[in-house]
Amino acid sequence: MTLKSEDIRNIAHLARLHIDEDAIDDYVDDLSNILSLVDQMNQIDSSSVAPLSNPLDATQRLRADEVTETNQRDKFQQIAPDVADGFYRVPKVIE
Amino acid sequence: MTRSVIEICAGLATGEFSSVEITQDYLARIALHNPALNCFISVTGELALEQARQADAVRAAGNAGALTGVPIAHKDLFCTDGVRTSCGSRILDNFIAPYDATVIEQFNQGGTVMLGKTNMDEFAMGSSNENSYYGSVANPWNLKHVPGGSSGGSAAAVAAGLAPAATGTDTGGSIRQPAAFCGVTGIKPTYGRVSRYGMIAFASSLDQGGPFARSAEDCALLLQTMAKFDPRDSTSSEQAVPDYSAGLGQGIEGLKIGLPKEYFADGLDSRIAGVIETAIDELRKLGAEIKEISLPNTGLSIPTYYVVAMAECSSNLSRFDGVRFGHRCEKPVDLEDLYKRSRGEGFGAEVKRRILIGTYALSAGYYDAYYLKAQQLRRMIKDDFQSAFDSVDLILGPTTPEVAFEIGAKTDDPVSMYLQDIYTISLNLAGLPGMSLPVGFVDGLPVGMQLIGNYFDEAGLLAAAHSYQQVSDWHLQTPGLTS
Repeated sequence: MTLKSEDIRNIAHLARLHIDEDAIDDYVDDLSNILSLVDQMNQIDSSSVAPLSNPLDATQRLRADEVTETNQRDKFQQIAPDVADGFYRVPKVIE
Repeated sequence: MTRSVIEICAGLATGEFSSVEITQDYLARIALHNPALNCFISVTGELALEQARQADAVRAAGNAGALTGVPIAHKDLFCTDGVRTSCGSRILDNFIAPYDATVIEQFNQGGTVMLGKTNMDEFAMGSSNENSYYGSVANPWNLKHVPGGSSGGSAAAVAAGLAPAATGTDTGGSIRQPAAFCGVTGIKPTYGRVSRYGMIAFASSLDQGGPFARSAEDCALLLQTMAKFDPRDSTSSEQAVPDYSAGLGQGIEGLKIGLPKEYFADGLDSRIAGVIETAIDELRKLGAEIKEISLPNTGLSIPTYYVVAMAECSSNLSRFDGVRFGHRCEKPVDLEDLYKRSRGEGFGAEVKRRILIGTYALSAGYYDAYYLKAQQLRRMIKDDFQSAFDSVDLILGPTTPEVAFEIGAKTDDPVSMYLQDIYTISLNLAGLPGMSLPVGFVDGLPVGMQLIGNYFDEAGLLAAAHSYQQVSDWHLQTPGLTS
């Protein structure tokens, strides 16, 4: 599997990750090499095997829908980059 | 300063020294050696002395527990309330965690003293500790070599005697491989045995915390404090936790140990193979029955692992967006620019590679070919182990194909770095427990032997390792640091 520089730009956009233009070629090489390694998976026919998502085949534990957390907004907002009046501030989204 | 945890517990109990005194000794040793080794991202000296004073008071009141007053270092991936938790990343360089991880809470309740937070590959992604925003860690046995990763700071700190014990996490070998490279003992428990709450997530279906120490006996004590059902971790196990220290004496007479032929094939340094053979002979003398087994899908574990790990990391790391905590770029023009530049500036090269591959593998049209395929192979790899455990009690092999390599030797080629994980990653895919213990040297660098147990058989692993350490002294060797 070989990627093109346009693929890298698309994936980086999907991941909301800024990549410097002059680093794109390196990512093309590195990611293509990694995908070649990954393509070894196709040596085996696994079409009849059920996928495994939890190594213990465990299912998600449920709990009662009760409030267990206390409000710690002030503590959490102390480490935020930009807050005002108890809100997190980001650049304007709607014109 | 190469006291074991057991020796420190005894010294504290008899009053040979106080927790404050032993803590001061370790802080002095950190101040002396950390500039060259770079094991610690943060040294929490004031907090440590405060905790030590409290521990001494608890002991004076007659309320000491097994680990009260014992100094310990924590991987900088466990959230520590009020203390910077960087995960080795620029994006969390300013992150003061607002809560304690369950593991930290359990150690605090046990009265241990935190010396500091240890260096690591950024977000635990790496096998050499070279991917840390805070710089490489030097291997105490040879400062030009890597300590392994991702928990390289923890392993090197224990090896160098900067801490008697440390916590780590293991997603594909990140406890066992640095334990092997640094000549210390480390155990990765069964998936779900130790709570993941407050452990900054890399790949949630693979991540598992565990301890590093100088011996299996010490690891048993530490794991006792870490292993517990935690309702705050949705995949935490409710299985009862046995008394690990009490089980250490069970011996290995009659134990059936399997050697996977795939773990001794091409790619393994023949000198490591020789060292492992010598250790196997020792186990035979102790009464173990050794037989060859096969794990036929071993070769598929690397591609399978990297798809699962990268897919899960791309999802987990989407939370770092520059909005609520962590690094934010200067003067974002709009929200998308804020996300992209905060993440682009905050993450290092390897983390970016993995996010990109994971995003690609999960994107429309590729999900079945990559993620689903990897999950199918994951079951086949797990089934290999389950078949093997029908006929053996433990599985044994080398922890790594090479001893610690030189800093910079593999940084230009991510794929060659990934191949280092060949013997360790399949356990994470299967969720099995494994440990590494020192069994000799090649070129003056430690060799690790890996023991693999059946689900929740940490006690069996620790007992086997303890039996070996009763008749060998590799775990007692220390690097020749000046003073």
